[in-house]
Amino acid sequence: MAVMISGASSPLYAKRRRKNVITMALSYAATGFGLTWLALILGVLFYEGFSGLSLAVFTQMTPPPGSAGGLLNPIMGSLVMTFIAVLIGTPLGILAGTYLAEYGRYDKLSTVVRFINDILLSAPSIVIGLFVYEILVATMGHFSGWAGSVALAVIVVPVVVRTTEDMLTLVPDTLREAAASIGLPRSLMIQKVAYRAARAGMITGVLLAVARISGETAPLLFTALNNQFWSTDMNAPVSSLPVVIFQFALSPYKDWQDLAWTGALIITLAVLALSITARFLGGQSKKS
Amino acid sequence: MVDVAYQGGGAITAAEKVDRAKVLQRLRFSDSSFRWLTRVAAITVLIILSGIIISLVHGSWPALSKFGFNFLIEESWNPVTEQFGAIAPIYGTVVTSIIAMLIAVPVGLFIALFLTELCLMWLRRPIGIAIELLAGIPSIIYGIWGLFVFAPFLQQHVQPFLISAFGHVPVLSTLFEGPPYGIGILTAGLILAIMVLPFITSISRDVFEAVPPMLKESAYGLGCTTWEVARYVVLPFTRVGVIGGVMLALGRALGETMAVTFVIGNAHRISGSILAPGTTISATIANEFTEAVGDIYTSSLIALGLILFVITFIVLAFARLMLMRLNARLGS
Repeated sequence: MAVMISGASSPLYAKRRRKNVITMALSYAATGFGLTWLALILGVLFYEGFSGLSLAVFTQMTPPPGSAGGLLNPIMGSLVMTFIAVLIGTPLGILAGTYLAEYGRYDKLSTVVRFINDILLSAPSIVIGLFVYEILVATMGHFSGWAGSVALAVIVVPVVVRTTEDMLTLVPDTLREAAASIGLPRSLMIQKVAYRAARAGMITGVLLAVARISGETAPLLFTALNNQFWSTDMNAPVSSLPVVIFQFALSPYKDWQDLAWTGALIITLAVLALSITARFLGGQSKKS
Repeated sequence: MVDVAYQGGGAITAAEKVDRAKVLQRLRFSDSSFRWLTRVAAITVLIILSGIIISLVHGSWPALSKFGFNFLIEESWNPVTEQFGAIAPIYGTVVTSIIAMLIAVPVGLFIALFLTELCLMWLRRPIGIAIELLAGIPSIIYGIWGLFVFAPFLQQHVQPFLISAFGHVPVLSTLFEGPPYGIGILTAGLILAIMVLPFITSISRDVFEAVPPMLKESAYGLGCTTWEVARYVVLPFTRVGVIGGVMLALGRALGETMAVTFVIGNAHRISGSILAPGTTISATIANEFTEAVGDIYTSSLIALGLILFVITFIVLAFARLMLMRLNARLGS
């Protein structure tokens, strides 16, 4: 008994226990640290942005400095460009993801595409802005909503490719074999069976892509540029919420800064709602 | 497989036979065209990448051919005399990313350790999601928050303390020299740290969870403490994956634009002090591109973009190779 006690309290044990207590305390502290930032950022955002949230924000145009106004034109611009980007990017992404998961799961082309796609997934978005500037803005000679949409679409594609492939890979092969056994051509098997089984996950991917691009600023700065006025012409510069926030926040005018905070709150709420919905859908598809 | 269509069933008229042949023909056509379509879409991903590279090289050619190798080592950035050099933005990009990684890597790993070893089961998912929400917040939000809230806080409370604390220590005094601007290299680095934290945490948590329980249980059985299990069993087993995650986060930090643009100060010079304003590649492009006049100016900015793309490409490719190696090992 005496031996055990002296053994347990020997310097070595005490040192190991001390080390353990310190590192465990550090890992609690690190988690607290991470969560504190989230709370701080969201807290300030609500505090600063909520007071400006009114009907006028959604019904009026961006004001000149010193007068009241809203964010209607940037909100519309963002919605339209996001919609078009998804319209271009989603089919492309789903088809490419289909090739990776269904036709070429093990071939060389897929390995290369998968690798490149993963790099595009985290490529700096400002470089994508430069790319679209070079191919569309410089050749057409002017900034346009189309260019902005294409830049966003380039960001959508890798996200959708990745989730589509992941979700199709999760579909059990027995389903595919059952479809093949009744004589279904492969393309129909993919469209009628595999897509249906992976639907929730694929929708999740699209939602995540929308969440990703709705806050993107850098690729829009020199593609869609900005527009102070209401414009439905996609061939001309189009205003967007992130770019307006960027411009207004860096301005010296108090009204503009307040509007920037309100816009920031709107974007964050939209993005968080999208990613929570996506997570919910994704969680469901994993369970079933 | 469509050739093996049902042939029996008694009498088939000639008209039906023709119909059936037509249907089969159509199916065969739609089948091969769908396959072809998906293949083209997959190749489009490669076309996008090569398009990015070609357009950047094409756009930066005037600047690169004028300045040559000097572009990489020249510090001056003067639109009036059209003298451009990339070393100041490259320096800013690298230093802010280093600051970010120095903070985010240990903190991220400790959070992952907490989530896999210490946290109560029912709390793991909510805390994990909360940390990942940090990754979902658009970078412009970090920017506006950094400019209006974080930078003034640093200026009033943290930087004066740093200056007075390290002002007389030999090496550190140059690092923390000068007036507290609030905005600058340090502020940008700290905001980047918060931004990349969730990437490191979520990837390390995933790879930590992939460690076979048997390994950990045997270590616990030998009497190891939680820290010893983490340090000598979990970490060595997952090293490749953790490095992959860290490189992925580094790729993000290097290319991050908006959050940095707000708080970096956009000053084209290299200063020994991390409290001084500086610039990064992405912040320079974001700030100056639409206002750039003249071919050489625009072209120099695109050349900066090319440099950024090459750096991040190498980092990200390395990250993916590491993660692929881990997956191969876990699969076998």
